[in-house]
Amino acid sequence: MGLNRNVSLASALRYKGQGPMLTYILHRIGGLGMAIFITVHILASFAGGKSGVFVNSIYENWVFQIFIFFCVLFHAINGLRITIVDLWPRLIEYQREAIWVEWAVFVPLYGFAVYVIIRTAMGG
Amino acid sequence: MAAKPRNLSLSERGLNFEMVMWIFTRLSALAMYGFILFGLIGALIMGARTQMNFADIMRWAFMPNVTHVQNTNLQDIAQWATPFWKLVGSGLLLVATAHGVHGLVVIADDYLVTPRARQIVRIISIVFMVSMMAIGAYVIWTS
Repeated sequence: MGLNRNVSLASALRYKGQGPMLTYILHRIGGLGMAIFITVHILASFAGGKSGVFVNSIYENWVFQIFIFFCVLFHAINGLRITIVDLWPRLIEYQREAIWVEWAVFVPLYGFAVYVIIRTAMGG
Repeated sequence: MAAKPRNLSLSERGLNFEMVMWIFTRLSALAMYGFILFGLIGALIMGARTQMNFADIMRWAFMPNVTHVQNTNLQDIAQWATPFWKLVGSGLLLVATAHGVHGLVVIADDYLVTPRARQIVRIISIVFMVSMMAIGAYVIWTS
């Protein structure tokens, strides 16, 4: 056994999976980002002291907040779509429409959050 | 619409570990929506009339732990640190850790395909999951 997929990196990058492929990749990035953030955050809170406070102060940086809020919000909204479609399998026919609805929910919420984060970072 | 339905009964399909975790991932996602909405409503009830910042409300909703509202302009912090909210926080911690660690196993399975490597990943992930649950519960109940 072993990795043998006969797919080169170049052709993998050229694969045009469109909407579903994009949500799959972003779901994975968001999940990984949250898993790493929450692990480090719990360990830093457990450690406490100077190092713990330093690590947790990274999370108060506005650049990090924009990144982690993307992870959380996209993973949550895309996960809700996956849950609904998987628990009611007949809806799979409307998969692509569901992804458009998902973006219609995500973009205003995330855009407003980024606006608030940047406005707060610039001093209210 | 012409496609033939391909529904298999549970006995034909076989109820294995992957199947259980597949349904667990979906149900725990719904459970986390419930937990977060519950924390959001709790923060709105307890923080009303204190000019509480919405960012602080969201921080509380995503994990109802008292350290998340400690440096805000709330006067009475005691009602945010009750055993009830610690229980809610512990429930969210356990569900989220199990959901997240299983997600990491799914990602690892895409790249590690030998049975031995997958077994090692499973052993490491179980140890990791149990220790993160214990450390997280310690942080919640001692803060």
